[in-house]
Amino acid sequence: MGDKAEIKQIIDESGDKYKYGFVTDIDSDTAPKGLSADIIRLISAKKGEPEWLLERRLKAFEFWQTLEEPTWAKLKYDKIDYQDLYYYSAPKQKAAPKSLAEVNPELLKTYDKLGIPLKEQEMLAGVVAVDAVFDSVSVATTYRAKLAEKGVIFCSISEAIREYPDLVKQYLGSVVPYTDNFFACLNSAVFTDGSFVYIPKGVRCPMELSTYFRINAKNTGQFERTLIVADDDSYVSYLEGCTAPQRDENQLHAAIVEIVVLNNAEVKYSTVQNWYPGDKDGKGGVYNFVTKRAACRGINSKISWTQIETGSAVTWKYPSCVLQGDNSVGEFYSVALTNNYQQADTGTKMIHLGKNTSSRIISKGISAGFSNQTYRGLVRVAPNAVNARNYSQCDSLLIGSTCGSHTVPYIENRNKTARLEHEATTSKISDEQLFYCRSRGISEEDAVSLIVSGFCKEVMQQLPMEFAIEAAKLINISLEGSVG
Amino acid sequence: MNTLLKIEDLCAQVAGKEIIKNFNLTINEGEVHAIMGPNGAGKSTLSYVLTGKPGYEVTSGHIWFKGKDLLKMSVEERSREGLFLIMQYPVEIPGVPVTSFLKHAVNAQRQYNGEPELDTMEFIKYLREEAKKLGIDNEMLKRPVNVGFSGGEKKRLEALQMTILKPSLAILDEADSGLDIDAIKVVSNGVNALRNEHRSLLIITHYQKLLTYIKPDFVHVFADGHIVKSGDQSLSEEIEQNGYAAYTREQ
Repeated sequence: MGDKAEIKQIIDESGDKYKYGFVTDIDSDTAPKGLSADIIRLISAKKGEPEWLLERRLKAFEFWQTLEEPTWAKLKYDKIDYQDLYYYSAPKQKAAPKSLAEVNPELLKTYDKLGIPLKEQEMLAGVVAVDAVFDSVSVATTYRAKLAEKGVIFCSISEAIREYPDLVKQYLGSVVPYTDNFFACLNSAVFTDGSFVYIPKGVRCPMELSTYFRINAKNTGQFERTLIVADDDSYVSYLEGCTAPQRDENQLHAAIVEIVVLNNAEVKYSTVQNWYPGDKDGKGGVYNFVTKRAACRGINSKISWTQIETGSAVTWKYPSCVLQGDNSVGEFYSVALTNNYQQADTGTKMIHLGKNTSSRIISKGISAGFSNQTYRGLVRVAPNAVNARNYSQCDSLLIGSTCGSHTVPYIENRNKTARLEHEATTSKISDEQLFYCRSRGISEEDAVSLIVSGFCKEVMQQLPMEFAIEAAKLINISLEGSVG
Repeated sequence: MNTLLKIEDLCAQVAGKEIIKNFNLTINEGEVHAIMGPNGAGKSTLSYVLTGKPGYEVTSGHIWFKGKDLLKMSVEERSREGLFLIMQYPVEIPGVPVTSFLKHAVNAQRQYNGEPELDTMEFIKYLREEAKKLGIDNEMLKRPVNVGFSGGEKKRLEALQMTILKPSLAILDEADSGLDIDAIKVVSNGVNALRNEHRSLLIITHYQKLLTYIKPDFVHVFADGHIVKSGDQSLSEEIEQNGYAAYTREQ
């Protein structure tokens, strides 16, 4: 309770809306600034990695130096100086804490402030297992013993590299190779931590798995790497959350999420992205360049992405589904909200390779203030993908007259049996709607959030219950100051 | 009898054009007033000025509602004070279920009055009871506000909102509607059920027909921006026979 009151005070005093902008004062073990083969060797050594991984990292780094930063997205931002960043920062604590009791109390306090329970007896007890990633390292993972009973592996990727090298070696980079794109390549060279999940054959994961990413240190890039493998006939629902302190400098975040879905397995991946968006004049905020991709390798496999994107100054993100297995299903549900000077270029890719594959895209973009938003999506049907189906719906809602919204759908069809549907709408919150709500006693601010919640409903319904409420609150907070 | 609404020398304009000119009207508690007038006379402007719709600018005059200066209140405050406009063309709000919309409205009013907010279960129980009386089934309460509603369903929803918000003054604006008789009956039943010695009603209409469903205590003829004649229900019958020609300026 004491901490909650403290946070409230911080918010009230700063007069700012971003609730998670505080900085944890903690000693960090930081690698020197800049990027070089030596820095990569240092990171790899700090993590005690096997030789094969270091070799991959160095190969990625070599390739990265031949690449140009992409400019095709509708985003404007200051050029990133990759030599002016720290690539490794870890809070100082005992090496590999064996239990939560050994975790630095400052860190536990931080996650407590963020509303993320790292104590297993907390409110969400038994419902959610959490892996907490702080700057470059995973600091704690809860409920490991309980999950282990079912054979579920849920730990930091660093630990997985040490403990389950065969699984990691088999799947890491198999969905997103280091040659994929500029940011993915950078991540492949310098990634520091992230989560690893393996659901064995026939297991339905007994609880939600969740990773909570926190950037704390100044001028530090966060390059996390998540790998999820769902073996035959398994199911898992996974959620990631992200926040960062309020800083005037931009922070770089370039992550990779890889998901492998085997026969008859299903993965549901939900994101509530709330990186610091910058202030109302567009100063500061996180640059969020993320590559997320799921490969539905098995027959009847299914991947469902749900994302609520409210944070970051710049978002570049296209969670994709590669539908290799026959009858596999890919879904993408997205709400992206931009306010003030935020920019988002986001969407999905549905790559139909197997027979009878189907995909569904529901994208809801809300722009307010001086923000700019683009939906960019690709639906590709390969020559052998007989009877592919896709339904895409992209709706944009504009609040005010100084924001922008764009829809760029790419469709590439190489099979005559495909059935592809695309619908797109752009609307504004009308004065008539606002007047109607207000004439029933509902304040203008509540009216806007009511109308927005109605607009996003289809996507919000996809979120696990515990997070849907949190996400709805987040959308309301992000909308503050967008009317009047 | 207590005065509920007092409009004094009101002048109002829309897009720079003066529509309401030196308008005066007093409505006491429990009274039903009807304002009739030819099409295009600006009768609807009056209902929007009363509810505070943006774009309707009062240039002079006063409006007192329960002794308070109505023009100093925001749209939502007027509603919470007990003013309710039954709209001719209620708008659609996609994705927002009727129940959730009305819960926001009721709790905003309760909060304003210093009453505790109703929780979802309490509210749904109450809403379903009231809805049933108006012939609204539970399915309709789950649908998004006015989306795909028939004309009759829209009127039913307006009547339901009025029922649960229990206004002191309801304004029924049917100024230029096609007057769908079945829809009007729905609203009239709702209005009549709410009538009591403290609640007042202002009906704005072009047709006398409406006044056979809701019997007014006073009838006013609106022309040239203000009331040109007042009387009882017989005035509306006279208009039905002779039209408005006698009350409008020579063209």
